[in-house]
Amino acid sequence: MLIAVASTLAFFGTLGFLVTRAPGWERFKEYFLDWDRYRESFPEIADAFLLNVKIFLVAEAIVLFAALGLAVLRSLPGPVFFPIRALAIVYADFFRGVPAILIILMLGVGMPSLGVDWVPIDPVFWATVALVLVYTAYVSEVYRAGIESVHPSQDAAARSLGLTRFQSLRFVVLPQAVRRVIPPLLNDFIGLQKDTALVGVLGVVEALRLTQINEAASFNGTYYLVAATLFVAITIPLARFTDWLVARDRRRRLATGSPL
Amino acid sequence: MRTVSFGLVLTALALVLAATATGRPDAQSLTGSCAKANLSLKTPGRLSLATDNPAFPPWWGGGQTRKPWKTSNPYSGKGYESAVAYAVAKQLGFTRREVTWAPVPFTQSYRPGPKSFDFYMAQVSYSKERDQAVDFSSSYYYVKQALVTREGNALARARSIAAVRPFKLGAQLGTTSYQYIVRYIKPSTRPLAFDTNDLAVQALQNGQIDGIVVDLPTTYYVTDVQVEDAVIVGQFRNQGAREQLGMVFERDSKLRRCVNRAINQLWVNGTMKALQKRWLSRVGIQRVLR
Repeated sequence: MLIAVASTLAFFGTLGFLVTRAPGWERFKEYFLDWDRYRESFPEIADAFLLNVKIFLVAEAIVLFAALGLAVLRSLPGPVFFPIRALAIVYADFFRGVPAILIILMLGVGMPSLGVDWVPIDPVFWATVALVLVYTAYVSEVYRAGIESVHPSQDAAARSLGLTRFQSLRFVVLPQAVRRVIPPLLNDFIGLQKDTALVGVLGVVEALRLTQINEAASFNGTYYLVAATLFVAITIPLARFTDWLVARDRRRRLATGSPL
Repeated sequence: MRTVSFGLVLTALALVLAATATGRPDAQSLTGSCAKANLSLKTPGRLSLATDNPAFPPWWGGGQTRKPWKTSNPYSGKGYESAVAYAVAKQLGFTRREVTWAPVPFTQSYRPGPKSFDFYMAQVSYSKERDQAVDFSSSYYYVKQALVTREGNALARARSIAAVRPFKLGAQLGTTSYQYIVRYIKPSTRPLAFDTNDLAVQALQNGQIDGIVVDLPTTYYVTDVQVEDAVIVGQFRNQGAREQLGMVFERDSKLRRCVNRAINQLWVNGTMKALQKRWLSRVGIQRVLR
């Protein structure tokens, strides 16, 4: 224990010493670690951050269900469903392959330019649609992995009890599958939270864009730290909550003594 | 203030130099510590300049004739800024072939830190905050901000700043245009900030914003070329000192003094005004929005 403390002190002490001796340290500190600016700008950037929160809450709600639907569609068996499976594969490949920022630009700039009356022009709307499309692709793959990880005997047993394919999915396979993929689902949710920062490219003043505006106006980079703090602040509780969920699930499974 | 008195001193110096020189009003290269051989340059013997890509008329011209430059070609010498750059280079004693251009994004130009160019020109306005990060030359143009919208938008009928307030505005991130909106127009909804002017113009075209604020010469490009049904609502008054465009140097650049001398000679011998007349003649006075 004493050795651990000593080792930690030595390690971080040396690191700190080396960093503060760097030739540009004073300039760096002035530029990125200005605490007065940090305090002053925090409320304003937090206010812009609410837009990011709004976007990812709406997007995540839709993605969780749309992706499940897509994963189920992709697992439909038989040659008659081939076009649907093919479409699902093309969708997943395309939206995982193209960078999210590109999709946001294509939809946010391209769709309103069609000039059709009933097509909304709000950039926040199209940015949310773009994020939903991209993350549905990623999350559907996560669900698919979860579904395939459930032992086929579960499905076979369910079918032999007389359940239809859909009922087997709904009551036997999916509950197990979803429980298994909660950590990767959370991973993608965190990714989505971060990608809301890309919405700024459409001009919308969310947390990152406000940071850039302030930085350009005053030549100080402390605002980046403010935005980073906000993003990390929402991630940590979510990560701990997921850990708790997984632990609770494990407890329940082990308690019943069954491999389910 | 500092720039004005500095400029006055330099003008006096330039006049003295001109009087004691060969006697011809457009005396060629500067002498003494600003002789070409004594200049502190990134690459000796070459004037390494930079601007943003794409570079737009009427500041630049020559069409899309040289890779990787889009829309305009800084090497052409056409367009006000290109013409001024080559005029300054001539004063410093460089031939046209000794001037090179590199593309550098606008937002990178006024950041603190060492630069890859000798100086940068892309309608960068002098501001106190920027002056702490980089150094500016004396003014080569006094610029006004103006507002563009589309025909048929209610904003086109605005006659005062108060009438402009309820509308959704946009401008390029980090520009004095954006600052003008935030500080003096103070619209009721937060203005959108775009990475480039093109994205702002696209948003205007899509109806996502009602109007964009850009410098007055650029509004002519927007209305003539970029957006068919765009109209200039009006121009804004300078708040405080006149807004001036300056070339951007890295902090404590030794070249700046010599370039300032060159610029002042160009003002004194009428070249600057002649270039403005040639390239910015369309820039008249629009309705002033107060």
